Amino acid sequence: MTESGAHKHVDAHSGMGTTGHEWDGIRELNTPLPRWWLNILYATIVWAVFYCIAYPAIPLIQSFTPGVLGWSSRQSVNDELASLRAQREPIVAALSQASLDEIAHNPQLRTFAMAQGKAAFANNCAPCHGAGGGGSKGYANLNDDDWLWGGTLEQISATITHGVRADDDLSHAGMMPAFGREGMLDEQQISNVADYVRSLSHLPLPAQANLAAGAAIFSENCAACHGADGHGDMELGAPNLADAIWLYGSDKATIVEGLVNGRGGVMPAWGGRLDATTIKALTIYVHALGGGQ
Amino acid sequence: MTFSASAGSEPGNKTMRPGEMSLLALSILCIFGALFIAGRAYTPEYAFHAYLFAAASLFSSVAVIVRYVRRPAEVPPQMIGGKPNYNYGPIKFGSIAAIFWGIAGFAVGCMIAFELAFPALNLDLPWTSFGRLRPLHTSAVIFAFGGNVLISTSFYVVQRTCRARLAGALSPWFVILGYNLFILLAGTGYLLGITQGKEYAEPEWYADLWLTIVWVVYLLVFLGTIFKRKEPHIYVANWFYLAFILTIAVLHLCNNAAIPISIFSSKSYIVWSGVQDAMIQWWYGHNAVGFFLTAGFLAIMYYFVPKRADRPVYSYRLSIIHFWALIFMYIWAGPHHLHYTALPDWAQTIGMVFSIMLWMPSWGGMINGLMTLSGAWDKLRTDPVLRMMVVSLAFYGMSTFEGPLMSIKVVNSLSHYTDWTIGHVHSGALGWVGYISFGALYCMVPWIWNRSKLYSLRLVEWHFWLSTIGIVLYISSMWVAGILQGLMWRAYTSLGFLEYSFIETVDAMHPYYIIRALGGVLYLVGALIMAWNIYKTIASPEAETELVGQPALAAAE
Amino acid sequence: MSLWDRHAIFEKNSIVLLFGVLLVISIGGLVEVLPLFYMKNTIEEVDSIRPYTPLELAGRDIYVREGCYLCHSQMIRALRDEVERYGHYSLAAESMYDHPFQWGSKRNGPDLARVGAKYSDEWHRGHLHNPRSVVPASIMPGYPWLGNTDLDVKHLGDNLRTQQIEGVPYTSDQIENAAIDARAQASEDDPALKAFAKRYPKAVARNYGGQPGRVTEADALIAYLQMLGTSVDFKIYDEKANIR
Ligand code: HEC
Ligand code: HEC
Ligand code: HEC
Ligand code: HEM
Ligand code: HEM
Ligand SMILES: [Ca+2]
Ligand SMILES: [Ca+2]
Ligand SMILES: [Cu+2]
Repeated sequence: MTESGAHKHVDAHSGMGTTGHEWDGIRELNTPLPRWWLNILYATIVWAVFYCIAYPAIPLIQSFTPGVLGWSSRQSVNDELASLRAQREPIVAALSQASLDEIAHNPQLRTFAMAQGKAAFANNCAPCHGAGGGGSKGYANLNDDDWLWGGTLEQISATITHGVRADDDLSHAGMMPAFGREGMLDEQQISNVADYVRSLSHLPLPAQANLAAGAAIFSENCAACHGADGHGDMELGAPNLADAIWLYGSDKATIVEGLVNGRGGVMPAWGGRLDATTIKALTIYVHALGGGQ
Repeated sequence: MTFSASAGSEPGNKTMRPGEMSLLALSILCIFGALFIAGRAYTPEYAFHAYLFAAASLFSSVAVIVRYVRRPAEVPPQMIGGKPNYNYGPIKFGSIAAIFWGIAGFAVGCMIAFELAFPALNLDLPWTSFGRLRPLHTSAVIFAFGGNVLISTSFYVVQRTCRARLAGALSPWFVILGYNLFILLAGTGYLLGITQGKEYAEPEWYADLWLTIVWVVYLLVFLGTIFKRKEPHIYVANWFYLAFILTIAVLHLCNNAAIPISIFSSKSYIVWSGVQDAMIQWWYGHNAVGFFLTAGFLAIMYYFVPKRADRPVYSYRLSIIHFWALIFMYIWAGPHHLHYTALPDWAQTIGMVFSIMLWMPSWGGMINGLMTLSGAWDKLRTDPVLRMMVVSLAFYGMSTFEGPLMSIKVVNSLSHYTDWTIGHVHSGALGWVGYISFGALYCMVPWIWNRSKLYSLRLVEWHFWLSTIGIVLYISSMWVAGILQGLMWRAYTSLGFLEYSFIETVDAMHPYYIIRALGGVLYLVGALIMAWNIYKTIASPEAETELVGQPALAAAE
Repeated sequence: MSLWDRHAIFEKNSIVLLFGVLLVISIGGLVEVLPLFYMKNTIEEVDSIRPYTPLELAGRDIYVREGCYLCHSQMIRALRDEVERYGHYSLAAESMYDHPFQWGSKRNGPDLARVGAKYSDEWHRGHLHNPRSVVPASIMPGYPWLGNTDLDVKHLGDNLRTQQIEGVPYTSDQIENAAIDARAQASEDDPALKAFAKRYPKAVARNYGGQPGRVTEADALIAYLQMLGTSVDFKIYDEKANIR
């Protein structure tokens, strides 16, 4: 019995012969390969051969065939970035030479810096300071005119470059001590001074609040940093406690929490991560968010 | 009740067969081994798995004994009344397991889809958070649903097309039950945080080892049945099943090579690292698609489509060429998952060109399936089961056109990491894998339970239309979402700075995530309808009477 | 006998079919995988890459356990927008000690390859506890249990030893002291800090989790996140030497 044997069966519908086998009632037609199908298959194979000649493709012993086009994905992105840099060269040079003040007052430079600053802010700063710079608990609001570390262009630039309590030698430092945890003040004292702090911005107080005791504790423990009148100290990053603007919050529980555990928010230093023009651009952008001095 | 049961089984001369004896001994050994490990386990999660394994071993020992007591003395006959005495028991179990896991997997898919739209649904609990449920979803649909469909249909098809009873007596049961134990270990593991962190290969070392054993037995049962065949030629469906079983074994072993930190810990570290691990992972991952989700389901197609349409397969020659081309080229395409990454450029190039050459070999399967219907197109109007399988082939054609397209580096630079990939996955998964499986189950369940037909074709119509709308919602929303996402990531302002922050692109996905989730719910509802329909089919009294009429095919189990 | 008939050899003999399939599927894998092991230019020469400290490794295991890789990639592709958004494209060398690699395949969240030192520990604590407290539109799940679960350091030595077998250059000194080092790195005043600093000169020790006297899973995960992408100083990295 041969394969092309006698009992080949012809399909009535297509008129095509079958292979002569049957499995559980299933037969197979001997239809030739569809031409178009075969042609596309050949075309893709031919194309693949050419592509492999053109581009890095075949692994050898030491290295691989680099391809006649000499293309590489890393070279290609580096070239693209280099040409971008070259194209921006004039304005970037102008930016790096100009002082922050000059940038702020030169419409062309300012427009460019604002655009760059906006993009850099969205990708680096927004997770902490919010998409619009509005901040959140513990993360400074950059839209208002209340500054922990100063709102002039120079001060903002320094804050961004070196960060706050960050891993950088020039970083702003100064912490709010943990009065409660370190045993410097007891629970009652903390409650009193918290009431006193709230009184500085005229917030409602409980009837039994002992402001006199609070005031005494304040001038003894807090005034050194926050000032006798609670107006804060930018050198230390000690916030103004009398302006009704709060970094962490004005409710008593939050204030007590801070007095017990201390405060010391960290803002990373960006000098090592972002280049100098980007930081300039960010400075201009943050300054313009509102309240820049 | 079978003929052999009543025919001359003298209780006196029944002895345990070597297979029964060794399985019993091994199971008892495993009970103690597992209890020993449970007692010393580093973590309660691992101890739980050890107890689970001990319980499964106990079940296995008891099952072997009970079966021994109940079974007739001699081996089930290979033929009854001149017809092969097919073994349908494990197939029945696998079909029901497939439906169960399918519904579980789709439900978890809906859950994670809603989590992406409404993150509060993560519930702040470890076992409901997205990162743990997502592998549960992918494994439940691919390995639990797909795997049970593949094992049970392969056991069915290989018997029917070889005209031989499944090889082995206990081994087919070992395969299907052992495989489902693997699923249980894998799935509960994810919820408890036990994972190797390799996509589609997440189960830890001990589950991997267990699967290896089960898989080798699977290969032996399958090959053994082919050995016994009464047909001179091996049918094309069995080529595909064999390639699937064999290749998955090779892939599984290489990609999961790992060293446990201790046999008392669930934790292991994959031996490969970094760029080599990435290449091996996607060589595996892509071919899990190529051999699990493609070759295996093409095997299903090659049996069930011609059978249901009652037409000959379109072209034997196409079968040959597309089979060899498909399995040869698939293996090379893995690097298209790693375009522009730290994988060397040469490998990316090879991955890309082979993906494109893979287009026609893939379409070969679609053409062979669709053209098999020539002369039977009218059946699509009346038979929603056949229609489901034909639409499945259309989705197969679509996703294997989209795949090569996405493999082109410039396209991939946009699509990679986005929901476009998710859209592509689900046009293949929901459309192709899902529909061909539903079609096969709708065909096979009445056949193996000896029912003349399904409980209701109207319900199949409902299933078909609901899930088709579901798929359309799913994949069209993901295409829009993915392309939008890709474009937003690389959008520049007029001065050449990035226009959007990442979180803005997340926000833009919200409406599409809701649409996708709704599509998923429709798909799930369709599957629930199927479960009801299948349940009613199996439970219908029609069969009992019919059974009496044709005892020849009542399987021994 | 036509060519088509020759195929019968596969159809009539399952062992021939089996080996035929095995041969055909072996070629591609071998050609693509093996060269990556022997070809020198696969991984760049960068001296500054170091293995993870025990605390960071424990953090990485938590990262794997929670499935962060399903939303976050750690692979900045060589494309302009990615380099601008996330930083220098990832090098193969940067994941050479990663068992398994965690490059990821989907970005439901941003790439994390260079997230180290980008945010403060405090931010990570708040973010992991409840992402929407800092990023209102985030879809990331909260992981509040990390900060309440003590880190299990008991078997960390086993973890290091296994990695050593797999080729990560841990010394036996490091393996023996893994548990002690993990606790030390998560504090500012642990007596074992000096010995830790000697064993891991490039690592940074501090109270990542922020809870005095307690080492939690949050400590480990944040320590891991904070070192991601910090091993290579791209100001001095020789780009030209590694264009390939
Ligand atoms: C990890 C979170 C975080 C990131 C990211 C961050 N900041 Fe900050 N930033 C802070 C915190 C916290 C403060 C307040 C520090 C303090 O408590 O004194 C702050 C303060 C500031 C201040 C001083 C505000 C004042 O009132 O003096 C400026 C300006 C600022 N950030 C700008 C930026 C810019 C620009 C970026 C992006 C390049 C950025 N920040 C990224 C956390 C962050
Ligand atoms: C060593 C300096 C120092 C001393 C002493 C000090 N503080 Fe502070 N305080 C700070 C600094 C610095 C911050 C800001 C911390 C930050 O930016 O995270 C601060 C923040 C605060 C805040 C939060 C303000 C807001 O906007 O949410 C309150 C309230 C406060 N201090 C009250 C007190 C009281 C009451 C005392 C005395 C019992 C005190 N501080 C003593 C330095 C000090
Ligand atoms: C459901 C998806 C999802 C999962 C799971 C997830 N994340 Fe996120 N992740 C996000 C999204 C979305 C963002 C962007 C918004 C934000 O900052 O919250 C993000 C942001 C982050 C960021 C800030 C990155 C940056 O540059 O702004 C870090 C760090 C992070 N995730 C770490 C993790 C870790 C660690 C895990 C696992 C324990 C994890 N994520 C799990 C979705 C996810
Ligand atoms: C009710 C139906 C389904 C729904 C709602 C659903 C939903 C989802 C969701 C939300 C994801 C995660 C996407 C992301 O991370 O952004 C996902 C991933 C995935 N699903 Fe489904 N799914 C369904 C059915 C299926 C089926 C039937 C299969 C396979 C047979 C499947 C296979 C996958 C795979 C492989 C992934 C991972 C994709 C990747 O990593 O790129 N899904 N699914
Ligand atoms: C010719 C056939 C195919 C080719 C060339 C192909 C190509 C691709 C490409 C390029 C990706 C995106 C990789 C990335 O950017 O990360 C992908 C992802 C995927 N494809 Fe296909 N595809 C094909 C067919 C299929 C089919 C039929 C399915 C079936 C269900 C499928 C399932 C998947 C899955 C699950 C992923 C996601 C992998 C992941 O990232 O987790 N593919 N495919
Ligand atoms: Ca595994
Ligand atoms: Ca994926
Ligand atoms: Cu692929």
